[in-house]
Amino acid sequence: MGRTLKFNIFRFNPEDTAAVPRMDTFYLEETDAMTLYIALNRIREEQDPALMFDFMCRAGICGSCAMMINGKPDLACHTKTKKLPSEITLMPMPVFKLIGDLSVDTGTWFRGMNEKVQSWVHTRKTFEPHAPEERMDNALADEIYELERCIECGCCVAACGKANMLPEGFMGATAFNRVARFMMDPRDERTNDQYFEVVGNEDGIFGCLGLLGCEDMCPKKIPLQDQLGVLRRKMGFSQVKHLFKAVMPGK
Amino acid sequence: MDTFYTDLLCVGAGLAGERVAVAAASAGFETICLSIVPPRRSHSSAAQGGMQASLGNCCKGEGDCPDVHFADTVKGSDWGCDQEVARLFAETAPVAVREMAFWGIPWNRVVPGKGIYYKAGKEYEKIEKREMEGMITARDFGGTAKWRTCYTSDGTGHTLLFTMDNEVVHLGVTVHDRVEVLSLIHDGQTCMGVVARCLKTGKLRVYLAKATLIATGGYGRIYRETTNCVINNGDGTIVTLDTGIVPFGNPEAVQFHPTGIVPTNILVTEGCRGDGGTLKDVNGERFMHIYEPGKQELASRDVVSRWMTHHMRLGKGVPSPYGPHLWLDIRHLGAHHIKTKLREVEEICNEFLDVDPITQMIPVRPAHHYSMGGVRTNKDGAAYGLKGLYAAGEAACWDMHGFNRLGGNSLAETIVAGRIVGEKISEFLQGYEVDFKTSIIQAEVKKQQEKINNLVSGKNGKENVYEIKAAMGDELMDRVAVFRTGAELQKAVDNLQVIYDRAKRIGLSSKPVGANPELSMALRMPGMVRLALCTAYGALMRTESRGAHAREDYPERNDRDWLKRTLAYWKSEDDTLPTLEYEKPSKVWELPPGERGYGSSKIICTEDPEICTPKPETN
Ligand SMILES: Cc1cc2nc3c(=O)[nH]c(=O)nc-3n(C[C@H](O)[C@H](O)[C@H](O)COP(=O)(O)OP(=O)(O)OC[C@H]3O[C@@H](n4cnc5c(N)ncnc54)[C@H](O)[C@@H]3O)c2cc1C
Ligand code: SF4
Ligand code: SF4
Ligand code: FES
Repeated sequence: MGRTLKFNIFRFNPEDTAAVPRMDTFYLEETDAMTLYIALNRIREEQDPALMFDFMCRAGICGSCAMMINGKPDLACHTKTKKLPSEITLMPMPVFKLIGDLSVDTGTWFRGMNEKVQSWVHTRKTFEPHAPEERMDNALADEIYELERCIECGCCVAACGKANMLPEGFMGATAFNRVARFMMDPRDERTNDQYFEVVGNEDGIFGCLGLLGCEDMCPKKIPLQDQLGVLRRKMGFSQVKHLFKAVMPGK
Repeated sequence: MDTFYTDLLCVGAGLAGERVAVAAASAGFETICLSIVPPRRSHSSAAQGGMQASLGNCCKGEGDCPDVHFADTVKGSDWGCDQEVARLFAETAPVAVREMAFWGIPWNRVVPGKGIYYKAGKEYEKIEKREMEGMITARDFGGTAKWRTCYTSDGTGHTLLFTMDNEVVHLGVTVHDRVEVLSLIHDGQTCMGVVARCLKTGKLRVYLAKATLIATGGYGRIYRETTNCVINNGDGTIVTLDTGIVPFGNPEAVQFHPTGIVPTNILVTEGCRGDGGTLKDVNGERFMHIYEPGKQELASRDVVSRWMTHHMRLGKGVPSPYGPHLWLDIRHLGAHHIKTKLREVEEICNEFLDVDPITQMIPVRPAHHYSMGGVRTNKDGAAYGLKGLYAAGEAACWDMHGFNRLGGNSLAETIVAGRIVGEKISEFLQGYEVDFKTSIIQAEVKKQQEKINNLVSGKNGKENVYEIKAAMGDELMDRVAVFRTGAELQKAVDNLQVIYDRAKRIGLSSKPVGANPELSMALRMPGMVRLALCTAYGALMRTESRGAHAREDYPERNDRDWLKRTLAYWKSEDDTLPTLEYEKPSKVWELPPGERGYGSSKIICTEDPEICTPKPETN
């Protein structure tokens, strides 16, 4: 029948001046179709009401609940306990600022990322309320949607060696994916040079170690590797052009 | 005490809150958005199926126009909506969809040529016109005469919210996430802002604003089984009801969605049925055609949920450890369709059910889904009773949905109302000054601080907040759900009053340092029970059946006595029941009450000449 699950959970409340980081242990009887969402809520409601963690949609679509589950970043809400051993260690994601226990501040980090990559359609046009929309090929719309599916959960960032070294600076695969999304979108009038300004630096694509720790971690299975490749190629060309300009001014 | 000043304060950074913020910021007003979660995680992101707008680009949408959309919306509402608002909405929706395209939504587009589609389990052919290639396309949804629901696969809410937040970032609008509003600051006439709690530090804050917008979304979490996310607790509705001045419109109008998955109540989109999915019973047989020969699986949600419940009562449900359920079958749509147009559905089934929807059926049954009721506003989005207070989105009872909202009309409402209300607030703010009265602000902060102190010290008692929440959820689920009767509703009201009394005696069992989650829930719990009481009591008093409000003891729609909108007030803190008042749902009767064309219902007609005779729209 059911297993008894042992949870080792990281505890630290930065607002509590007396607190020091520690691991707490909780036990739960496993139930049918149990997810970490169900388990953590039961622990909070039945054993420790102060336990901090984040859930929203509990359906794998809002990106709130990423944490380190036995060492790997993943969405807690879609993680079934039956796929885990009976001892489960939960830690908050690194890179992001800790709010308390398993809860981290992804909001500030992602707002910063969105500002850095200027995550919006750049256009000189103005919206004409009564004109028909501009046409777009459906296949292209599908391709854009594919990259648009990032839920800003932070798993790829938590798994990234470079982001762990430079938590404030390095943009991470989610940012590269975002840039690739706008590059693909004909409504965005930015040139490759303008994108280069955004990601063609050490905090961006040239700082990426290319070890692809990020790719396997994406719960939305976004093809991050492909996007890194696209950016590298395009930015590589841009870089050559920049160098060219530097060597031969006036060109 | 941290105090922030702004022109406009948007409480809520979902689609409605952010669309209003974008409008005000574009007009040059300083705007702050507050949200419990990072804005892109707001519940709008979970909407899958799509948003209605009568573009009429795809072949099955040909001939569509705002008139048809308006009529579908009014019929869907079972004539409970404000027709002026429904008209305004239908006219503006196409502009709103195109504007979102302009900002970057990758809407699915028309692909010319032959294609197949499914309806009621059968295959049909359609031919999309060459000249429409690349225009925004639409899918079929329940209760509509045309294919009108624009979509991006089944991640429409996600793309809309990300794109909207991109505009928020672009305009540099300030967003304070992890902030929870606890109460409104007002002097009985004018709203001046809010008292809030920071969910990073646990400290109280004051926000003072010339205009305050409530855009906190739905309050599905008062029910035990809901498709709503875990923060849809109704805070915005609670804080306005707590003023004693602003009414809660139509609390009894609660929508159940036919396809919540069993047991977790995660939604699978109406797009499944719109794209041709069918409902089946324990024998693997379809049944909707028996009850609704015309629209079948695609009657409005209230109607489909009722027939499903009825069919399960006949013993045709599939037994399971979680009670009986029915099947949703999308297998015949094929792997390609599911993998491109119903991706989230596939993921949800795989990850949460261990079901492969390409080869297996999905266990579903009706679950609480949408709150038609909310903060009652006029057509400009201004709340009744307090100057400078507005509401938009699911939190509002702007009232284009009446007693049943059509699928796809809610995302559309957030953007359309956001656009309109945002402009109205900008007009209001022009040259407006407000006197922030220090004594009132201090008194409100003190009141909130005292509430916290009492919870911490256990001064009022030691009741456990989670037990109270569960008791409330059970009560509503068991007695105020798809079918209702006077006797059960009376029991619900009685029991909820007991629960309310307990809710006033909650005490914390943990140390309230920082963003303590138990304290958050404890602070809102009495308010949630007040919402539950409004819902149950409103339903008890409404002795008719209209839209989602189905009284088995009063099965007819009674236009003679009940063509009314409920306005629930909580006049004094010591009250144990709301005070109900009523108003006519609409000033304009462009479409006089009649048959919906689905859902068998007897109608007791109104003799009011003002209502019976169609009238042109007034402006
Ligand atoms: C699973 C699901 C699928 C859906 N699919 C569709 C669909 O396909 N088509 C359709 O038209 N509609 C759909 N809907 C309905 C639609 O998504 C919602 O009605 C709509 O998105 C609500 O938007 P909103 O901006 O009003 O609120 P929300 O997006 O819910 O935003 C509420 C905001 O308020 C904030 N907030 C709440 N309380 C507080 C507080 N105390 N202090 C500060 N901030 C607070 C939250 O943090 C959040 O930012 C669906 C709903 C669900 C549940
Ligand atoms: S490939 Fe680049 S972005 Fe991905 S984990 Fe490695 S360094 Fe980080
Ligand atoms: S790319 Fe994937 S892992 Fe990274 S933030 Fe987006 S959804 Fe999460
Ligand atoms: S709670 Fe939304 S993704 Fe897990």
